[in-house]
Order: sequence, then C-alpha cells, then structure tokens
Amino acid sequence: MTLAIDLSNISKSFPGVKANDEINLKIQEGTIHAIVGENGAGKSTLMKILYGMLKQDFGSIKIFDNEVNFSSPKDAISEGIGMVHQHFMLADNLSVLESVILGMDRASLKVLNKSKYKDEINEITEKYSMPLNTQSMIDELGVGEKQRVEIIKVLFRGAKILILDEPTAVLVPQEVSELFNNLKNLKDSGVTIIFISHKLDEVLEIADEISVMRGGKHIDTVDASTVSKTDLAEMMIGQNLPTPPKREKNSKQDKALTIKNLTAETENGRSAFKNINFSINQGEVVGIAGVEGNGQRELAESILGVYPIESGEIILGETTINDLSTRDRRESGLSFIPEDRQSQGLLMDVSLSENVILGKQSSTKYKSRYSNIKFNEASKNSNIVIENFDVRTPGNNTLALALSGGNQQKFVVGREIENKPSLLIASQPTRGIDIGAQSLIWNKLRDARDDGLGVLLISADLDELIGLSDRIYVIYEGSFVKELDPENATPEILGSYMTGLKT
Amino acid sequence: MINFVKKHYLIILPIVFIVLIAQMDKYDQLTTSGTFGAAIRLAIPICLAGLGGMFSERTGIVNIGLEGMMIMGTWFGAWAAWLYGPWYGILAGILGGALFGLIHAVGTVTFQVDHIVSGVAINILAAGVARFLNVVAYADQPTQSSTQSPRIDGDVGDFTLPYLSGGADTPSLFGYLQDLNYPFISDIAGLLLGATSNLSYISIFALVLIPVAAWVLWSTPFGLQMRSVGELPTGSESLGVNVYLMKYIGVMISGGFAGLAGAYLVLESSGIYREGQTAGRGFIGLASMIFGNYRPFGIFMGSGLFGYADALQLRSDDAVHGLLILISLILFIFAIKQLIEKKYINSSISIALSIGFLIWFLNSETVPSEFVYFTPHLTTLIVLSSASQKLRMPQKVGQPYRKGELS
Amino acid sequence: MKLSLKLTTLLAPVFAIIVAFGLSTIMLYLIGEDPIETFKIMYDYGKTGKSIVSILNRSVPLYISAVAVAVGFKMGLFNIGVESQYLMGALLSAALGAAVALPSFLHITLIIFVAVISSAFWAAIAGYLKVKKGVHEVISTIMLNYIGTGIIAYLLANIFFEKVELSTTAPQTDLLPETARIPSLNAFLGIEDLPNLHGFIIGAVFIGLLYYWIVWKTSLGFDLRATGSSPMAAKFSGANPARLTILAMMISGAFAGFVGIAPLTGYFFKYTTDFPSGLGFAGITVALLGRNHPVGMALGAILLSFLERSAQILDLKDVPKEIEKIMQAVIVLTVVVAYEVVKRYVTNRQIKEASKVVADD
Repeated sequence: MTLAIDLSNISKSFPGVKANDEINLKIQEGTIHAIVGENGAGKSTLMKILYGMLKQDFGSIKIFDNEVNFSSPKDAISEGIGMVHQHFMLADNLSVLESVILGMDRASLKVLNKSKYKDEINEITEKYSMPLNTQSMIDELGVGEKQRVEIIKVLFRGAKILILDEPTAVLVPQEVSELFNNLKNLKDSGVTIIFISHKLDEVLEIADEISVMRGGKHIDTVDASTVSKTDLAEMMIGQNLPTPPKREKNSKQDKALTIKNLTAETENGRSAFKNINFSINQGEVVGIAGVEGNGQRELAESILGVYPIESGEIILGETTINDLSTRDRRESGLSFIPEDRQSQGLLMDVSLSENVILGKQSSTKYKSRYSNIKFNEASKNSNIVIENFDVRTPGNNTLALALSGGNQQKFVVGREIENKPSLLIASQPTRGIDIGAQSLIWNKLRDARDDGLGVLLISADLDELIGLSDRIYVIYEGSFVKELDPENATPEILGSYMTGLKT
Repeated sequence: MINFVKKHYLIILPIVFIVLIAQMDKYDQLTTSGTFGAAIRLAIPICLAGLGGMFSERTGIVNIGLEGMMIMGTWFGAWAAWLYGPWYGILAGILGGALFGLIHAVGTVTFQVDHIVSGVAINILAAGVARFLNVVAYADQPTQSSTQSPRIDGDVGDFTLPYLSGGADTPSLFGYLQDLNYPFISDIAGLLLGATSNLSYISIFALVLIPVAAWVLWSTPFGLQMRSVGELPTGSESLGVNVYLMKYIGVMISGGFAGLAGAYLVLESSGIYREGQTAGRGFIGLASMIFGNYRPFGIFMGSGLFGYADALQLRSDDAVHGLLILISLILFIFAIKQLIEKKYINSSISIALSIGFLIWFLNSETVPSEFVYFTPHLTTLIVLSSASQKLRMPQKVGQPYRKGELS
Repeated sequence: MKLSLKLTTLLAPVFAIIVAFGLSTIMLYLIGEDPIETFKIMYDYGKTGKSIVSILNRSVPLYISAVAVAVGFKMGLFNIGVESQYLMGALLSAALGAAVALPSFLHITLIIFVAVISSAFWAAIAGYLKVKKGVHEVISTIMLNYIGTGIIAYLLANIFFEKVELSTTAPQTDLLPETARIPSLNAFLGIEDLPNLHGFIIGAVFIGLLYYWIVWKTSLGFDLRATGSSPMAAKFSGANPARLTILAMMISGAFAGFVGIAPLTGYFFKYTTDFPSGLGFAGITVALLGRNHPVGMALGAILLSFLERSAQILDLKDVPKEIEKIMQAVIVLTVVVAYEVVKRYVTNRQIKEASKVVADD
C-alpha cells in the first residue's frame, strides 16, 4: 500500500500557543483515518497546514511520496487534496452548479460551459449515489444536502484525499448514517478520507485508523478495530471522558416560567412554532432538543421578547409578561445566554468592565437616579465575574474580542448568572469551546439550579441535554412532539423524535 | 393575467392613471415622445451609476462614493472633451471614476475602513479635487471660474430607428400613431418614438452596457468569481479565487461606470461641467440598484422611473401638476388596501393625505418651481419606501474581509 | 501602558496632516508654486488676531455640526442630512424670531428652541423611514437634503418674504430685533481693535459637554454605543432598535438645530439665500477627523477653520486657494485609514496580551 500522506516534524506556533508540536503522521491510501482530540488540541491547525491555509514553521509534507510546499488551498487542491469545512463554504445566492464549479476556470471573459459541467457533476453524483439537483439555489437545500454539495465540490476537483472537519456536528444521527454510507462508497473507490471529530463512537464506527492529538502533540495512532472508547478517551484528555454527571432532582413547587399555547409565525408567514405548552419549576432544568431550524431559537427569543408572537401567554413567575419589552422582562428576572456569544452576547470592541453592564444598562444596578451609568459598580462586578467564572484575561480593561471563545463564553454565562435571575434561558451554552470551560459552565449551571434557578436549556449537544436536564422536550417542525425523562433518553432516541421518524 | 395584475398592481395602476391623466390637454406632456426621450436621456446616467453600484456591491463593497466618482466623471469628461473631443471625454470620465474607485478599494479592501465612512470621504475628496483641478486647468481661459468649465463643442452624432421612428428620411410609424391621439396607443407610440429617435451614439453605447453587464456577471467565469466574492469571500479564496483582486476590480469597474455616468451628464445634457450638476444622481443610482434588486435589468427599470420623474421636472411644470392627482389616486388605493388589512389609523392618514393632494390639485394651476426641482428625489424616497419585495442582496455586503482569516 | 495607547491613537491625525501637507506640496510644486512660501503665507495670515477671531467664529457651527453627525456615528447611523436639518431650523427660527417681541433671554431661548425642534423633526423623517420602511438613512437623508432645500427656498420666497414689484432684493426674512441677538465676547474679554468674537462659542462648549455626557455617561448613551458596536447584542440586551434609531436621529437633528444659531444670532441676523451653507457636510469631515470625540472634534473644527481662513490670502498671491479643499479632503481620507490601522494594532496587542495570560497558566 502506498502512503497518501506523510507528515514529518510539523510544528506551528501562534503568539503564546504552540498549536502543533513536531507532528509525525502517516496515512495509508484508500483508508478512513480519524483524527481525534479536544478543541484546541491542534487538529484544525494541522488540517489547515495540510490544506495550504496555513504555513508550517518547520517540517515537511509528502503527498503520494512527493514533497510538497503549499502556499494556498489552490496548491493543495491541485495535489488532489480537498477539504469540507465544518461551517459550509456555500453562498445562498449561488446555484449548486455555480458553487461546484467556482474557481475551476481562470477569471476570464469567455462563456461558462454550464451544460458540460452539469453532465460532469451528474456523473459524480451517480457514481457515488449522492443525488443532487444542480439547478437548485443553495438556500433551498437542507443541511445534509449542503454537505453533499461540499463533498461533490471536492470530488469534482479530482480530490484523492478528502478532509472532513467535524462533518457530523451539524447532522442528526439518521443523516450521519447516510453520510457514513457515502464515505464507505468513496473509500471503496480508492479515496483517502481524513475524518476529524471528537465524537468517539462515530470515529470507532467509521475509521480504519485513529490518531489522537492532545495539546498540539500527536499522542498515538491506533487501529480502530482493536482500541476501546475508554482507551481513546484517556489518550485524548489524559483522564476520563467528561459528561455532566447526573444528580438529585431539586425541583421546587413554584413556577419559574409557564408557557401557554404560544404560537408565532416567521417573517414570510409560515409557522415558526405553534401551541407550545410547558412550565419550568424553580430549581429545574428543562431541555429542548431539536434539529436546528425547528423553532427552538424562535421560541427562546420570543420569551426574551425579541421575536414577535401571534398568540399565547408567557408567564414569568406569577406575572404575564406578554406586553413587556425585552428590557422590562430582563428587569423582572429573566437572563439570557444567546447561542452566538460574539454577535448576540458581547460588544466585541468594548472592554469587559463595560460588557458586564450589557442587559442591565437600564436597571438600578448600573443606572443612577440621573440616568448616569455606574461605571465603578460595573468595574467591580466585572471583576467578580472574572474571578468566579475563571475568565482568563489580563484584566477587566481588556476588549472582549481579545479573549478566546471559551473565556468569552464563561464571561457571558457568568454575567447572566451573577445578575441573579429567576429564570435563565441558555441557548447552546457550551458550543465550540474547550473542555475546561465546558465543565466549568456545566458546574455553574448546576449550582445555580441547586440554588433554585429555573433554566431553559437549548442545545444541539445531546449528551449535554441528557446530562443537565431534569426533563426534555423534543421540538419538531415547531411543535413539541415528545416529553422525555433524561434517565431513559439516549441520543439515538432523541434523534428519532427530532427527525420525525418517531412521534 | 389576474395574478400578474395583483402582483404588480403598484406598477400597473400608476401607469394606467398616468395615461388617463395624459388625456387631458394640459397634461399631455406626461406621455409625449419628447418627455420619454428626455426620460431615457436622464435615466441613462442613473442607470449607469446603478450598474456601478451593482458591480461594487456584488463583490461585497458598499459604494456610497458613487456620487464622488460621478463628479470625477463630470470633471474629467468635460476637460478631455474640451481638449480632444467627446469620445476622449467619455474615456477620461471612465478613467477618472475608476481612479477614485481604486482609492475606495484601497480604503475598504486593503485597510478595511468602514465602507460608508470611506465612501463619504471619497465624496468629500472628489468635490475638493474637482474644484482644485477646475481652477488650475482653466486658469488661462477667459471664462475662468472655480465652478464651471468652458462650453464644450462637439457632437457624436445620433441615430433614429428607420421606418418605425422616421430615421434617415423614412416614414415614422410611431410618429404617425402618436399624432392620431388615440388613448393608450398614441401614448405607447410616444414612449417607443422617444426611446428610438435621436439617440446619440453615447446613449446607445451606454444602453448596450446593460446586457453586457448581465452577461459578464452571470455567464462568464470572471462574473461568477466576482459574485462569489460578495457572497462568501473565505470559501472563494480557498477555491483559488483572488478575493482582493476581484474586489479591487469590482470597485474600479463601479467607479468606471459612475465616471461614465458623469461624463454622460456633461456631454449629453449640459455641454458643460458645472459644480453640483450630479445633484445626488449617484445616490439615486444606488436607490435604483436597490429597487432593481442588484440586477441589471431591474436597475434599468428603476432608473427609468427616476429618469421619468427627472424629465417631467425639466420639461414641464404643468406635467408635474398632473402628478398631484396621480399621488392622490395612489394614496387612495393605499387607503383601501390598508382598510382591507384593518389598519384603520394608517388608512385614515392615507385618506387625509389623498384628499389633501386632491385639494391642492384642484386649487392650483402649477406646482411651485422649488417643488418641481425635487420631484426625482421625492420619487426616490417614495419608491424606496413602498418597494416591499424580498431583496436578494449579496450575503456579505458591507462586511470586512481579511485574507487568510477564517470565520 | 494606557497612556501609550492614547498616544498611538493620536498618531493617526498627525500622520494624516503630514500626508496632506506632503500631497499639497507635490501639487503646488506641479502647478509651479513654491510650496514652502505658500504654507508660510498661509501660516502668517492665519495667526493674525483678526484671523484667530474669524477661525474661532467659524469653528463654532462647524463643531456643533460635527457633534450632530457624531451622535449618529456612535450608533452606526449615518446622518448625512445635517445640512438640510440645520438650514430648516435656521429658517424657521429666523422667521419666528423676527416676528415676536420678547425680553432678550426669552427671545434667544425661543429661537434656539424653534431651531432645535424643527431640525429634530426634519431628521426624524429619516429615522421613521428606516424603521418602518427599511430605507437606508444615507439615501433618505441625502434625498431629504434636496427636498429640504426646495421647501426652504419655497418658504423663503413665498411665505416669509413679501415680493415687491420690480425690486431686485433677494428673498430674506426680516431682521432679528436686538433682543434676539447674542452679544459678542469682546467687551467681556476686554479685546479691542478686533472683529467680534461671537458669544455662542460658550454655547458650543456646553454642547460638547452635553454630547459627552449623553453618549459616554448615560444609559441611553450606553444603548447607542452598544447598538453601534453590535446591533444584535444591543437588541438582546433590551435596547429597542426602532425606538433608538428614531431617537438618535432626533437627537442628531436637535444638535443640528444649534448649528445655525451662531451665524443667525451673531452676524447674519436674518435668513437669506446666502446664509452659510455646507456646514452639514463639513461637519462630517470634522466628525471623521476627530473620531467622534468631543475634544478631537473641537481640534478638528479649529484645524479646518484655520485652513479655510488662511487659504483666503492665497488668491491675492495668485495661488489657487482651492488647494485647501484638497488638503481637507486628503486629511479626511488619510485619517480614516490611519485610525483603522491604529485600531488593528491595538487589537492585535490586546489579543497577544490575552493569549499570554492563557499560556502562562
């Protein structure tokens, strides 16, 4: 067998971080090779180097025994390497055909031969049984289809080596198995696949060989058929795999939130969610599971008051808050951790000591009688959040954008919890952050719950939902289709309700 | 057919009203070939500016500096035309606009200055540069002035469609129909006659650019790369598209179009460079781009509307007076629509305004000239506020992009 | 450390001014003038007592106009319509001010009140159109400038001015009575032999302080700045974007209303067709130059006024005084680029410091 990829002594440093430290890695042609590791372990950096997006400081890369020197992805593509990013690189306003052929021709003023390209694409889709309509606009496609476009885009360029960066993060279990079938087809026709993930079950299912990275170092490469999940986990983090451990229920009788018959429409008149009924007791975490785009985001935002509702009732504690503004809702004890901390939860170009005010700028906490902001108070409180939530920062004068994602998220969560709410809505509270920050946030959420806080938890991480929630609702096409006890729930069971396979 | 009317009633009804109002003698200027001819001539610079805006925004750069680039077009166009003749004026106008496009690109692409801030600065710079150059370039002329060029002679020749519009001493079918004074038929003949007679070669050149722009953007690899840059720069970069280069080219083409629009104003309408003669047309072009949903033919339609408003204010105060009853009628329709939608307060406001315009119409002979002057600007505001279609704007327009940075 | 950050930010305008002088030098050289000599003449003329008074008087409306623009900028709202807003306010307050008889203090207060209110409402239209109809404020304010100009011309010629047959007098409002005029500071400061230093310069200082207080110290200002920094985050924090947009437009317009006060009550005493115009656009330049900072804009306003004033002498020396327009424009363009470079430098330094903290653990 030939080596598709041979990396030797690859090193790459960023200011303050050694992202890759003398990595040696060999990958056989025609295999599926998984690379596992925590966020920040250096997987992405390594792949960006391999794909020509970054330049290594030291070390050499051989592709099919040829030493290569990439200065851009274009070079990597011409050597037969293709990459499918976790966030799809697709434009809503382009058609499938245009997305696939983009960059194939020099930027010249001749006529694009669309029918020739169309035939070529159809050939590929048939060969690997990945059906696609080339005329569709990208924004008409579902997540699974978009991923297919990305894979075809890469194959169309004659890729022999396919890098998939966390390909299952956006998929539900059923879509995952479809993807895995496609990948097996590809492998059988001789394509080498590099599969980056931190989900060990999936990796064990699909990969032939598994390389583990930790702290920028290559720990080991093992045969997937002989290694156990526990061994992998230990290699990956040097300790046992963290899942939020179960704990005693602590729910009180008093209601933190009651939702009655809540219904809302999207801008173009379709139903966002309809007839939602549930309640959250104090000291209780209620989780909502659902495939992205099934109304859970709109539901959370309508409770905050930034998404308009058609009918129904939102009761915070004892009071109906339908007619209250977002500001007044926050005043009445509602806190909100938004799903996108950078655009929704922080002012990126503003210091932490001012960011702590956000959400309470009109409350007496930070507003004096003469409408002045109490900056001293803010500075003090920002230090409390930094202290209590272990935010790693040079100080509270640092701009939010200077922090790493995990530290930004810890700050947002800390601010919202330190505001001492009666109800906390947490939307994807640990998305895309490192293990340390993740477990800290889990602990803090649990502590707050134990102190009597009601929490509405929305997460795409099914393990997190099962581990943290006291009850789970599954939302599908805007309706709650199932209530589950986390004791009896598994990701597979959730997945089948989330996709409407079971009702 | 009924569906078509339902969907486009906001366009169809005003047209029907205009034709009806034009049946009154006093307002026949609303639909004569002369008015339409002027409308086309006035629409072209707006359309060119709109196309310029499109090229820039398609690559993700907001171009508020269009007005400034247009000013450069007027100045360089006049200067080169005065020195060497009109076609050189066109060329110099394009280059002058493109040069300022280059400056905008350096600011927004390389240094990632906020696009609107850079555009505003471009407009300030253009005004200053034009003023300075004008003093320096015409220093020896007897007509020396800091705000005007000498009069520019030279004609590029024009073209009239034979047989239909009477070009080359052939009979004119449209002219005949127009003179018959049948409702609708004569009005439409007037429109066609105006659109196809005495068109200068510069106008024809400008009109040809509309399909050319569409072809470049949607049928060539270059156009695909250009559009992709405004949609997803990072992804395009990784597929080998030179994002910075595409943005630079896009903004420079944008400047070139705006410059051409400026040169056109000088050579076709006034025959002279005059400070302030762009009169916000760069911004109106931008409005026509939004109205036209970032597509060339949509932009053409939009600019046609603004050009028509512009032509009315230039040609006849009486015709503008006719617009009062038009506004009254449209407001009345709005009121009915709002009534059906149960928006009673809005509806009563519309009714009140409608009656107000009706009273104004009935109690006056003409509209004050000060009001006539801003007809196109008011039209722009009204059109933009009532256009409620779903825009497909480029996804990443206005957002900074830094090479090699993954979002 | 903190000081050095502030110093870095100061580098931007200094750099911009140097570039502007560099480019002007080249241009002067190209048209055959002696650059050094030209600058020297400008400087000598600009530093005369007469010039200094004139510069300060010019700076007042320019500065206020910049403040009006900056209020919008701070929340990411581009009010290009200060021009028609202040002219509208000036016309209406001039007309009303000339029509009433009141004690001086009340009279001046009334004039300011009318100017501020009418400018604010004219500006509110753009805010309304943005919120309710989705019309971008850059386009709407520019269109409103043209519409406003037309309406002003109509009102001036037909409502506030009685045409006399065969008279060639340009349309104008009646003269303001003595009670409506803000006195000069010359007597108070004991300045003699110089033109009047206009009293409203004190008003400008107060406006600067008011602006600073609203934007940096109040919770409303926090909402404005939060919206400017991240509209989504501001909305999620409870700021009401629609209300804020209209409010910010109105505050911006209200400041614009003050722009015409100094010329009107200080030396024009009436609204005519040659009432100072263009201050709204110049205000944008100053706001960009001073980076929306109350002190920065004051310096910017004085700098531009200095250039304008000192260029007046050039005509006598047969050098095109329009060179000053180029200098202004180049300064603006360079300064926005330079600020961006500085911002990136500061950001990178912060990121480095923050990642050090993480690495040290």
